[in-house]
Amino acid sequence: MKREVNEASRPRNGADLFVWSLVDAGVDTLFGYPGGAVLPIYDALYRNQAPFKHILSRHEQGSIHAAEGYARVTGKPGVVLATSGPGATNLITGIADAIMDSIPLVIFTGQVAHQVIGTDAFQESDIMGITTPITKYNYQVEKLSDLPRIIKEAFYIASTGRPGPVLIDIPKNISEEISDQEFDSNFYLPGYQPTMKPNPLQIVKLADALSRAKKPVVLTGAGIQFAGASEELRAFVEKYQLPVTSTLLGLGVFPGTDPLFLGMAGMHGTYAANMAHYECDLLINIGARFDDRLTGKLEHFAPNARIAHIDIDPAEIGKNLHTEIPVVADAKEALKALLGANISMPDHKEWKEKLEANKTEFPLWYNRSDELISPQWLIEQVYEASEGKAIVTTDVGQHQMWAAQFYKFDQPNRWVTSGGLGTMGFGFPAAIGAQLGKPEELVVSVVGDAGFQMTLQELAVAKERNLPVKVIIVNNSALGMVRQWQESFYEERYSESLLTVNPDFVKLAESYGVRGVRVEKEEDVPAMLKDIFAYNGPVVVDARVVRKECVNPMVASGKGIHEMIGVTSK
Amino acid sequence: MKRIITATVQDRAGVLNRITGMLYKRQFNIESISVGSSETEGISKMTFVVEVGDHQKLEQLTKQLNKQIDVLKVIDITDKAMVARELALIKVTSTAQVRSEIQGVIAPFRASVIDVSKDSITIQVTGKPDKVEAMITLLRPYGIKELTRTGVTAFLRGQQPTNVTEINSLSI
Repeated sequence: MKREVNEASRPRNGADLFVWSLVDAGVDTLFGYPGGAVLPIYDALYRNQAPFKHILSRHEQGSIHAAEGYARVTGKPGVVLATSGPGATNLITGIADAIMDSIPLVIFTGQVAHQVIGTDAFQESDIMGITTPITKYNYQVEKLSDLPRIIKEAFYIASTGRPGPVLIDIPKNISEEISDQEFDSNFYLPGYQPTMKPNPLQIVKLADALSRAKKPVVLTGAGIQFAGASEELRAFVEKYQLPVTSTLLGLGVFPGTDPLFLGMAGMHGTYAANMAHYECDLLINIGARFDDRLTGKLEHFAPNARIAHIDIDPAEIGKNLHTEIPVVADAKEALKALLGANISMPDHKEWKEKLEANKTEFPLWYNRSDELISPQWLIEQVYEASEGKAIVTTDVGQHQMWAAQFYKFDQPNRWVTSGGLGTMGFGFPAAIGAQLGKPEELVVSVVGDAGFQMTLQELAVAKERNLPVKVIIVNNSALGMVRQWQESFYEERYSESLLTVNPDFVKLAESYGVRGVRVEKEEDVPAMLKDIFAYNGPVVVDARVVRKECVNPMVASGKGIHEMIGVTSK
Repeated sequence: MKRIITATVQDRAGVLNRITGMLYKRQFNIESISVGSSETEGISKMTFVVEVGDHQKLEQLTKQLNKQIDVLKVIDITDKAMVARELALIKVTSTAQVRSEIQGVIAPFRASVIDVSKDSITIQVTGKPDKVEAMITLLRPYGIKELTRTGVTAFLRGQQPTNVTEINSLSI
């Protein structure tokens, strides 16, 4: 975007330069919270009437999770601003979450002035030291003249290659420094040159492996989403009629309702997907990182398969699993190359029939309760009522797994969940960010009663901006997944996992001026959903579900994927 | 297995912290690190001596180093023709009577005495780690009061013969 400088908006100090650098970077939404060290920046936001929104959270964690939600649905970096010290440390969970799930963020923190850095000044914290292990890169601005370059560089690093969070720490004296000079923002990063195009030799190897495979399977991860390669993926698997599985974060990159889709794999994945991984002779991983929740015990993961792995991050290839065919590339480029290769596939009818039989014989299942709402059924109702088109955000835990199992995503960029870090309190603020990124879409935040209480203060933001986010609290008055593990592996010693006191969520919502609804009977659910989805404003639904429901099936911790428990034949 | 890895890095703020932090986080066992400037301004050279369990772990190490934005180049030079040297300063208890005896011990190592006081002498030795190690062993009976080593710094020789593994197996 070309900057239009008039007298009023001309850079006068570092803070003005900051504001206009964000405009140059194409920022349309800034998630932030003011404080001492960023006062000059907030003043510049006020004076310049910057052409982007500032969303005031009610806790910095709310800002950063919202930025993650925004980034996840728009594909653009989420931008965060917080003050020094506690403002900055309140962001840590979100930064760690973003590095685990490769979410592009550009985070700005204020810092005490250069003269007092290192003296334990008021609201000083060593945010560079604290965030170095959890950022893709971080900067402390030393000279004002570096600021425009650093900002440009940060957006580039955050959003290219394997995306991730980049932090810029701005000392107060920098944002206060007066200057009317123009500074060069060109940068050169010789040590950062992500490989986009695959090595043709590896593509030949992969094509050859495919032409010999009798039991191939394609594992899809979020890397496909970042590459925007869903169409190429579809063309590729349809051309060769390959069965497809997905990681938790990859849901939606391949249509969940497609006959070739076997479901999510891993700890709470489908029997069909896990057995496909167990029995396959060629596993093509595209943009996933062989997380332990996916693989189970490594020695039982695809034990007889040749492993091919397409990833833009070379360090992911061979990290957990010996990989015979490494393809360092952007998923889109690699898939294009594979589509260009002419491969004659042997007939794998038998394999496909077997997988098909697994899929129909051992589907995901649950028992319906007579009294309260069955949580899985509730998710199915949400799926029906939203026609499968909603953006769904979650925290971590049982509700997350049920949402992943029973909401079938047919499109990418619709599923916003905390995968790697497994962050309670993520879902609701992420929904706020997602709604801001996609104002026209229906955003449903499926959360647990415990997780919601970690970030519910953001209701004020939903109200303030009239964001029509629909929060559905899957309320079992417990830390459901903790309780489930205690039931299964700790002989029902429910240590600190049952919540005896919960707020009245309806009144709580109402206290923020947000509509609150309680639902306790299944018969009331369809009408309630229809009603709230038509309502133009935020709603909190307190859905009372069966307390002691468990997520099934399961690969227990430390077990192989072929040792699933809770698998029931139809 | 012990490996020597060199990294060429951009001399940006926090780069050493970033790299050592990554090594710690990913549980790599570092025996020594040495860092200093290189022939180009703004570019530093790092030399790591690491103990890794297997080839997979070694590959991870080089990949994780390469992934760092400030890292320009990573080479595992262990199996190549290279020069690897370190420097040690050793303060040994020494009265006037044993001083010449110690001189005799260190002479074959081409080490030198760089400081003398009434009850100690300080010796400087440069060389391959095993040579430094050997000399320290010989000096121990005299009583080592203080010891400091720089860690290995290394790079490739100007010319690479075809088969060099043999040469280096002795040097580290």
